[in-house]
Amino acid sequence: MGSYIPNGPAERDRMLRAIGVGSIEDLLASVPSSCRSCRLEDALRMLPPASELEVTREFERAASLNSGAETVCFAGGGAYDHFIPAAVDHVLSRSEFYTAYTPYQAEASQGTLQCIYEFQTMIARLTGMDVANASMYDGASSVAEAALVAMRSSRGSSRVLVAGSLNPRWLEVLRTYMMHGSGFELCEVPFDESGRLDTAALLELAGGSLAALVVQQPNYFGVIEDLSGLSETCHQAGGMLIVAADPVAMAMLEPPGACGADLVAGEGQSMGMPMCYGGPWAGFMAARRDLIRKLPGRIIGATVDRAGQRGYVMTLQTREQHIRREKATSNICTNQALMALATSVYLSLMGETGFREVALHCFQKSHYLCSGMTGLDGVSMVFPDSPFFREFVVELPIPAEAAVDRLLEQGYLAGIPVPGLGSGALLMTATEKRTRAEIDALVAAFGELIAEGGDTR
Amino acid sequence: MKGTIFEHSRQGKRGPELPALDVPAVDPASALGPEAALRKGPIGLPEVTENEVMRHYVTVSVRNYHLERGMYPLGSCTMKYNPKLHETLARLPGLCGLHPSLPDHAVQGTLEIMHRLGEALCEITGFEAVTLQPAAGAQGELTGLLLIRSYHVENGQDERREILMPDSAHGTNPASCALAGMHVINVGSNERGEVDVEDLASKVGPRTAGLMLTNPNTLGIFESRIEEIAAVVHGAGGLVYMDGANMNALMGIARPGDMGFDVCHLNLHKTFSTPHGGGGPGSGPVACIPGLAPFLPGPCVRRREDGSYELAERATGIGRMLAWHGQIGVLYKAWAYIRSLGAEGLREVSENAVLNANYLRARLRERFELPYAVEGRHCMHEFVLSGDRQAARGVKTLDMAKRLLDYGLHAPTVYFPLIVHEALMVEPTETESLESLDAFVEAMLSIAREVDEEPGLVTDAPVNTPVLRLDEVRAARDLDVVLTVEAERLAREEAGGEAG
Amino acid sequence: MATVPADLRFTETHEWARLAKGELTMGITDYAQEEMGEIVMVELPEAEARVRKGEAIGSIEAVKTAEDFYSPVDGKVLRVNEKLQSSPELVNQSPYEQGWLVVIVPEDEKSFEQLLTPEQYKQHLGE
Repeated sequence: MGSYIPNGPAERDRMLRAIGVGSIEDLLASVPSSCRSCRLEDALRMLPPASELEVTREFERAASLNSGAETVCFAGGGAYDHFIPAAVDHVLSRSEFYTAYTPYQAEASQGTLQCIYEFQTMIARLTGMDVANASMYDGASSVAEAALVAMRSSRGSSRVLVAGSLNPRWLEVLRTYMMHGSGFELCEVPFDESGRLDTAALLELAGGSLAALVVQQPNYFGVIEDLSGLSETCHQAGGMLIVAADPVAMAMLEPPGACGADLVAGEGQSMGMPMCYGGPWAGFMAARRDLIRKLPGRIIGATVDRAGQRGYVMTLQTREQHIRREKATSNICTNQALMALATSVYLSLMGETGFREVALHCFQKSHYLCSGMTGLDGVSMVFPDSPFFREFVVELPIPAEAAVDRLLEQGYLAGIPVPGLGSGALLMTATEKRTRAEIDALVAAFGELIAEGGDTR
Repeated sequence: MKGTIFEHSRQGKRGPELPALDVPAVDPASALGPEAALRKGPIGLPEVTENEVMRHYVTVSVRNYHLERGMYPLGSCTMKYNPKLHETLARLPGLCGLHPSLPDHAVQGTLEIMHRLGEALCEITGFEAVTLQPAAGAQGELTGLLLIRSYHVENGQDERREILMPDSAHGTNPASCALAGMHVINVGSNERGEVDVEDLASKVGPRTAGLMLTNPNTLGIFESRIEEIAAVVHGAGGLVYMDGANMNALMGIARPGDMGFDVCHLNLHKTFSTPHGGGGPGSGPVACIPGLAPFLPGPCVRRREDGSYELAERATGIGRMLAWHGQIGVLYKAWAYIRSLGAEGLREVSENAVLNANYLRARLRERFELPYAVEGRHCMHEFVLSGDRQAARGVKTLDMAKRLLDYGLHAPTVYFPLIVHEALMVEPTETESLESLDAFVEAMLSIAREVDEEPGLVTDAPVNTPVLRLDEVRAARDLDVVLTVEAERLAREEAGGEAG
Repeated sequence: MATVPADLRFTETHEWARLAKGELTMGITDYAQEEMGEIVMVELPEAEARVRKGEAIGSIEAVKTAEDFYSPVDGKVLRVNEKLQSSPELVNQSPYEQGWLVVIVPEDEKSFEQLLTPEQYKQHLGE
């Protein structure tokens, strides 16, 4: 209550006198009476103001209705239940960071600017690329905008190839971004029986020419793609290789930059952000140095001030909408600065050793979960011969969707069904947060459910 | 490297540790097979202790101006106070610990908040349907334009690809048009600073997809002929989009849906008080008329007959804008704000935002040029001054903006809208007290005096900030956007023995 | 006051042109570089590219502005000023000499004659 308005009647009167009008209503005279809201008063009257205590109670009630928050999470698919050190939120909760505006006035925004420069540095090092931008909305929109970079750079070709094993939600966003674009065509490259990109099909599709190939590493099914050779295929066809990468996997696997990727895009949620039902998170985008002027979004650069001391500014702003308008490299303005900060703080806290450990634990626990699952009667790997990093698809002898529902009652979010691979296909993962006891208990619960024949009631 | 987190990095130091691995270990090299390449060499992440991490980020943070230090009179940005309650609520474990693939019945509390927020936004805007998915204003614009585009395609009018917009439009408007495959047709502004309706009428036609308009416009002026404008566009078969960036002027006063608009986006990080976070995250819900609702991105929250909530896909929608359901953490905060204020409170917000802006305008116009002024007409929640008078004395608006930083204040939005020379766009918001408004006025008047008496003070500004004016030309010519491993190594060698 | 050399021709979009031995050298005028401020990047067309009079063939960027530049004639790009990639400031320092942008072989040399004379350009600036 109180609308957080500091001025009372006495101040309002003084202000009205200074303006030279009698009432606030006089100030609104330019709004035609036919436009004045009459219905709003009635409609929102149902919504009386509420005190801090009442609002808190309502939110606590809502939180208690979210039974899913209590579950032990084995689902991934682009959102992971990772450990977040306490210090991350302490930094994010500083007013200096979270209540600050976009750093257009560089001299008064060195804190934010420097943190984003450090974020760009960490992303570039992690992806093995030369440069990175200040963040995108999420992994999906980052991949879509990376494809747009390739399309704008394309000479002649109007085809974008995308691996059929790309996260289906990311593919949908890519489709949305391309739906009314400048006549580019999106073609899916199928995956073979190993779950990897079908290279024969790729060579055929890449035949004439292409603007870009988008491939996910590891792919949506958790399978590690063989990136070697892909960049040659793309470059020979005149296009770019765009890798949608899991940042945690990059701590263990060769980064896309070492495999000749032109652009790397992905989701930063694994690095210090709560799952929060899907956002806010932070997309990242990294690129070869020569593509920097084609990148979307903000980029922070180091420079010096008049006295020669180091400082940071938003640079290459002529790419952006507020200057280049319809010729801008993207329409993005507000990005995910605070979540990029979360990433920097997280990566600083975990550090070189800790972050590699996170990757290793995810790898080990997922493999332990996998061996437990495949030890159950009737459960098999969908892609048994393909190495995975931290996610894998099992084929259950019972419908996956029903199994997820049943296990939810027991407090487990067991995974994400992948209907495209069969009704029993379930995508599973175990992060560093999962204990052996939790994994054993889930496997046992699956065992019982399967023995029951997956009764779905 | 100096001053960065990397400077503190020494091999072997670390922050929080993970529990010991409690499952049998597999050898990655053998599990992944010979063809799976493992990362060679280090990533290059810093190796520091938690104490050092905190010192570093706190040290860096105080080099920021922020809302809890003082006012941000940034036009078009609506930098209002961010209540602490919202931060606490959005972090409730029951609200932020949800995997986004959870089935609907396991997330009823969150779906209820989303649904109630959506309904409130519809009431505030006067529309029938809403999507909460867009991540920010610009993505909201793209969403809205794709709705318009889909509507015309559905009606067999693929040729309608022209979007009209005034020359005072936000830069995101034309950029979003380009992304949506539309062409921008500029419409002039008249001497009152409003859309030139005659120019508009001459430019609409069978290729018109719609008009994109901010109301109040970027001069802080309510488009008094808005109904006529909408009629002209509708008459030509187009639709009318409202850029809702300036909704803080209108809550409980006027609704876009009642003025003839067909679709609008809202910036929750402006009007509804969710924090800017130094540049994001924002949230840009889009509300629209029933005729556009079938094209909204899915899934959307629906209330079932039994009172429970579900996420429903839309077969006819434009598709997803984000991987999941939107910037949920931001939505929580916006709902807490609307819920706290209620209908009455929201109207008070807009009334006081208008009052504060008019007070500043009345006090500043004697020393600064006020373009597009019309006798007896007031501004809405913001107004635009011109620094022309000061520019004639060799002091640019940019200099005055930098000088304000010396006074411990943030600068207004400068050089926007483009139709005003040396523009200074001021939006105080309703959460500034009379004292803080007066302090801003005193600073502005003092700078105006300095321009007359000692312009060097202004052109050399800022001098009281953590750094002096920065060399942006050098930043653009000698690009340094990441600290390379090589640069770090060289810096370490240079630092030599002291690194230890 | 911006200089307007007497031996050149001009466009209304502030390009200059010089014709010698069938080759037309072009750049942006002193006035244009002054208006833009310190130039940080020049984007040039590719050699051999066919260009049309009035067509945007490249762009020039300062810190807060970016402007396209336009071909003064129909023709084919013969070469571009590669030095500008590393030293875009040459456009500021020497717009009519070191800071030239593109050499075009005009389809019709007479099209040069149709460009603005120094007097006409000065008049254009005066407006």
